[in-house]
Amino acid sequence: MKILVPVKRVVDYNVKIRVKADGSGVELTNIKMSMNPFDEIAVEEALRLKEAGTATEVVAVSVGPAKTDETIRTALAMGADRGIWVKTEEAGIEPLAVAKLLKKIVEQEGPALVILGKQAIDDDCNQTGQMLAALLGWPQGTFASKVAPADGTVEVTREIDGGLQTVSLNLPAIVTTDLRLNEPRYASLPNIMKAKKKPIAETTPAELGVDIAPRLAVLSTTEPAGRSGGIKVASATELVDNLKKAGVL
Amino acid sequence: MATLLLAEHDDATLNPVTARALTAALALGAPVHVLVVGAGADAAAQAAAKLDGVAEVLLADAPLYAHRLAEPVAALIVSLAGDYDAILAPSTAVGKNVLPRVAALLDVMQVSDIIKVVAPDTFERPIYAGNAIQTVRSGEATKVITVRTASFAAAGEGNSAAVRPVAVAADPALSRFKGEDIAQSDRPELASARLIVSGGRALGSQENFHAVIEPLADALGAAVGASRAAVDAGYAPNDWQVGQTGKVVAPDLYVAVGISGAIQHLAGMKDSKVIVAINKDEDAPIFQIADFGLVGDLFQIVPELTAEIAKAKG
Ligand SMILES: Cc1cc2nc3c(=O)[nH]c(=O)nc-3n(C[C@H](O)[C@H](O)[C@H](O)COP(=O)(O)OP(=O)(O)OC[C@H]3O[C@@H](n4cnc5c(N)ncnc54)[C@H](O)[C@@H]3O)c2cc1C
Ligand SMILES: Cc1cc2nc3c(=O)[nH]c(=O)nc-3n(C[C@H](O)[C@H](O)[C@H](O)COP(=O)(O)OP(=O)(O)OC[C@H]3O[C@@H](n4cnc5c(N)ncnc54)[C@H](O)[C@@H]3O)c2cc1C
Repeated sequence: MKILVPVKRVVDYNVKIRVKADGSGVELTNIKMSMNPFDEIAVEEALRLKEAGTATEVVAVSVGPAKTDETIRTALAMGADRGIWVKTEEAGIEPLAVAKLLKKIVEQEGPALVILGKQAIDDDCNQTGQMLAALLGWPQGTFASKVAPADGTVEVTREIDGGLQTVSLNLPAIVTTDLRLNEPRYASLPNIMKAKKKPIAETTPAELGVDIAPRLAVLSTTEPAGRSGGIKVASATELVDNLKKAGVL
Repeated sequence: MATLLLAEHDDATLNPVTARALTAALALGAPVHVLVVGAGADAAAQAAAKLDGVAEVLLADAPLYAHRLAEPVAALIVSLAGDYDAILAPSTAVGKNVLPRVAALLDVMQVSDIIKVVAPDTFERPIYAGNAIQTVRSGEATKVITVRTASFAAAGEGNSAAVRPVAVAADPALSRFKGEDIAQSDRPELASARLIVSGGRALGSQENFHAVIEPLADALGAAVGASRAAVDAGYAPNDWQVGQTGKVVAPDLYVAVGISGAIQHLAGMKDSKVIVAINKDEDAPIFQIADFGLVGDLFQIVPELTAEIAKAKG
């Protein structure tokens, strides 16, 4: 069984982003970029399935402009076998367009399982996996905290409101990762060296025949209303007095 | 035309986030139909019919919909979509699972997690863990939208809209429900609670979390939340996580106990009306957004606070 893992290059989660003064977007020059943390979890899960003998090959794919290959290299250094880079002029392709591009890649590669992150931590859309499942007519196991492939099916335990739900999906299927699925490994130095020799195939939206023109227009990007610190109180009694005054008790 | 709102419910009761998402749906200006999808969900449909502003309730009631799996529910919504120019759902686990599937089937780009309706085609939504707010306009023929319910007030009750049964759509037969492990609790639900007490890594164990955080929550009548660190360490269940990648809440009172205030945590609670922080490190970032800060050892302060609250409530 082949596994496809879409990985996204995003602003590192430790970076506190700044909104551009003219409202045109977020300042992204000279900022540390990393693989979306949920996608590290997706790569890890795919590698564990390969190590367990369930998967035969792990292919990492990313959609994005120059330097996106660094993120694919990270997946290769973790242990993915090869990469596919769908080169675009700009970053920020909408999830529907990403899903359409991924559908084409899936049709070329024929994986039994595609594992994505549940959300990218930049745009927080939480859409791409579900959209890809819809376009392919495949079942979806979103927000996964456990993934257990069996014969022709995969059992996915999902984090839902109030607890956990387990579903059984016909293969091929889409899975999106939640935080508790696993703890991703760090790439070792020898593996980083090895990754440099692994192949990354390149293609473009035009070659794949997909229109990636945005459907949504971003009118402005602004700072959220700020919140300033309040006062320090000295004791539980003083706190309760203040909460009464604030009318929340 | 009209707006379709997917109700959040468990067949027996309507989840209060539905009334909040309804406020967003009504702001689009068209008549709102609420869709209740379930098995034996008449009670939830009757509750939805009481919400002010609802023009009609659509009830899709069949064993196929018992667990609201994405594949059959999305197929159902797509079968109804022709009558609507907007389809909304609250950003719950069900809404987030189902709606992007609907959007892709309709070839529409979804607008996720809106916090404000600026115009029927223009919305505000947070990006980068709420550190920036984007105003976006959708030119799609059908708007598909998920709603961050913490940002909208609940619609009132007093209506008696008609409940109309709708036909079951073809079953895509791709997935099967195997089981569920849902915690039973008498506490208010985190997503819609008026008061929340959250614990962090500082609690140190599941036993401490239980012995220190939960009594304070119960004295207040509050829901319990947690930081990711506390959940990862197993002190609290997964679905108690508050933050960018957990639940986003905006209660009247949020008490953060032994939580440092990482941006990912703040993203989930910084719109709370009153924030209290208890932390032994006076430089902890959480104090930068707290209305009331108490510096000290939580193991001493929280039991005192619990006793004071119990006294204050008599
Ligand atoms: C309202 C709105 C308006 C926008 N307007 C513009 C605009 O005007 N101009 C513009 O350039 N962009 C725009 N964008 C696009 C935006 O910058 C994001 O790139 C896009 O929304 C992707 O969303 P996401 O990564 O949050 O998806 P999610 O659905 O959160 O991502 C989930 C998973 O999908 C996979 N995935 C997502 N993207 C990729 C990728 N590129 N390669 C490989 N795997 C991937 C990953 O596994 C990821 O974990 C807009 C987005 C939104 C939501
Ligand atoms: C992709 C990604 C997603 C994430 N999503 C989330 C999310 O949704 N929600 C979330 O919460 N986090 C999230 N995080 C994690 C986040 O970055 C922080 O690591 C986490 O919030 C820290 O939890 P904490 O405040 O409990 O722990 P810590 O940061 O370790 O803070 C513990 C605090 O307790 C204080 N303390 C210690 N002992 C005592 C005592 N006896 N009395 C009083 N105070 C004491 C310390 O001074 C410290 O400030 C995410 C991270 C990533 C990478």
